[in-house]
Amino acid sequence: MTSTSRSKRLRELPLHIMLLPGVLLTIVFSYIPIAGVVIAFQKFVPAKGIFESKWIGLDNFAYVFNLPSFTNVLWNTVFISVMKIIAGLIVPIIVALLLNEVVGKYFKRTIQTIIYFPYFLSWVILGGILIDILSPSSGIVNDVIKWLGFEPVFFLGDEKWFPFTLVISDTWKEFGYSTIVYLAALTAIDQHLYEAAIVDGANRWKQTWHVTLPGMMPIVMLMTVLSLGSVLNAGFDQVFNLYSPMVYSTGDIIDTFVYRLGLLQAQYGVATAVGLFKSVIAFGLIVLSNFLANRYAGYRIF
Amino acid sequence: MSKRLTSRRLFLLGNNLFLLLLAIACLLPLINVLAVSFSSSSAAAAGLVKLWPIEFTLASYKHALGKKEFIDAFIVSLQRVALGYSINMLLTILIAFPLSREKSALRSRSVYAWFFIVTMMFSGGLIPTYMTVRSVGILDTMWALVLPGAVPVFNVILLMNFFRNLPKEIEEAAHIDGAGHWRVLLSIYLPLSKPAIATITLFVLVGHWNAWFDGLIYMNSPANYPLQSYLQTVIIEVDPSLVSNTELINSQLVSDRTFKAAQVFLAALPVLAIYPFLQKYFMKGLVMGSVKG
Repeated sequence: MTSTSRSKRLRELPLHIMLLPGVLLTIVFSYIPIAGVVIAFQKFVPAKGIFESKWIGLDNFAYVFNLPSFTNVLWNTVFISVMKIIAGLIVPIIVALLLNEVVGKYFKRTIQTIIYFPYFLSWVILGGILIDILSPSSGIVNDVIKWLGFEPVFFLGDEKWFPFTLVISDTWKEFGYSTIVYLAALTAIDQHLYEAAIVDGANRWKQTWHVTLPGMMPIVMLMTVLSLGSVLNAGFDQVFNLYSPMVYSTGDIIDTFVYRLGLLQAQYGVATAVGLFKSVIAFGLIVLSNFLANRYAGYRIF
Repeated sequence: MSKRLTSRRLFLLGNNLFLLLLAIACLLPLINVLAVSFSSSSAAAAGLVKLWPIEFTLASYKHALGKKEFIDAFIVSLQRVALGYSINMLLTILIAFPLSREKSALRSRSVYAWFFIVTMMFSGGLIPTYMTVRSVGILDTMWALVLPGAVPVFNVILLMNFFRNLPKEIEEAAHIDGAGHWRVLLSIYLPLSKPAIATITLFVLVGHWNAWFDGLIYMNSPANYPLQSYLQTVIIEVDPSLVSNTELINSQLVSDRTFKAAQVFLAALPVLAIYPFLQKYFMKGLVMGSVKG
């Protein structure tokens, strides 16, 4: 009995050895930082370290929640990310449906290739491009606006426009990606359904409405439910590269707030508290969204 | 019937036209910046450049490529991509393979799986991660850019699913012939997984090339910045106190605007260059990741 379990253990050994480096790195760079969130409950002083710093309970949380700017930051985060989720849902569905109607294979592939490209550029590069083309004095976008007879718009410096600039430019970068996911779902629809619909006298519009859209629904549901988990991620990379103090009132989000508080003002405990607050809510949302995805779309992470 | 056919044709024509315009709209910002980068500084400063260079010149590119900081940052980025890719790929394979085994072959499989999944759902956040990297003592070194993200859990899941869909019989036959786990992984699974590995390769390469924030916070000396972090500091934020005298003289020859445009384009160039050849893998991988086997 012991000898079989021993030989079994021996046979498993190479697998454990394979996993070892990954496990060690994950402990150091993922689990130790998770344990490090205790500084959210401390008046953390780097010179004293985690073990010597003073414990202050929930003071950091109380301090942040009483900041007038924090409610604003929270609202901005949710507003911007919900708008992004909605735009990122509607635009790719429409484009996928239109691409699905295209007859020429080569044309279809070319369009797909082009709209997918911005997805692969970093927000530093896209930020550089947007700052240039959106400039009120010399940018090409405002040239067109002036040519049409309107007043130039300061997209990145006007607090009214800034959130919408974020949503539109994010959609520009991301919609190619989701379009391809939806197109893949479309090609998986059973062709017999279309034949049956034609026999029943359905025209193209009715086929789209009664066959294509319902066929897409599971993957649309899945993508939507999964995006629920990132409602507090309004896009740090994008906002950080496009915002300025002029638009803090409508453009400052949790992640940029944590960055300034923690790394620029060295309020480590407070910044960690905000980060923890965000992580806990995000965790709850991820668990919820996975539960919903599993329940309604039969999806599981692994 | 023929009326219906014409309306169908009209729709297709309009549809193609719309999609064409949409694709062009996606590219216009890039084309505009490209045109600016090739234009003379006076034309760019006056806002004359639209989609074609005015007073064509390579001055901005010469200026960028002659700048030591730019070249240094470019080299740091290449090193980072090479080292980061090797580590990511090695760990992805070494973790995905054991996790793709049946529970009978690895009894603690689900413990390991949850161990990795948890890190996808919960993270320590910015400050604790920064503190950890600092106490490990790798600030200001290349390791700070490649070790914290060394285990890409999403890619592990992708590859694990791919491994699981390979026919079990080959592996059983190999085991009967006396092959161990390492042998099965190296001589059977890896050669069969080329498409999945190609896809992950591309995402990892682009990911490392595009990363900028870690360089910004983990590198104390700007001389160690990878290209995207360097660009972040010169294009997005311009601190007048950092501009030296010689640069002021140069900037009379090359306007800030054309110079920035040239640097943006140079940083996008590697991605632009590989993209047309490899985009079919990007698409394949995306479908692979979203539609689980």
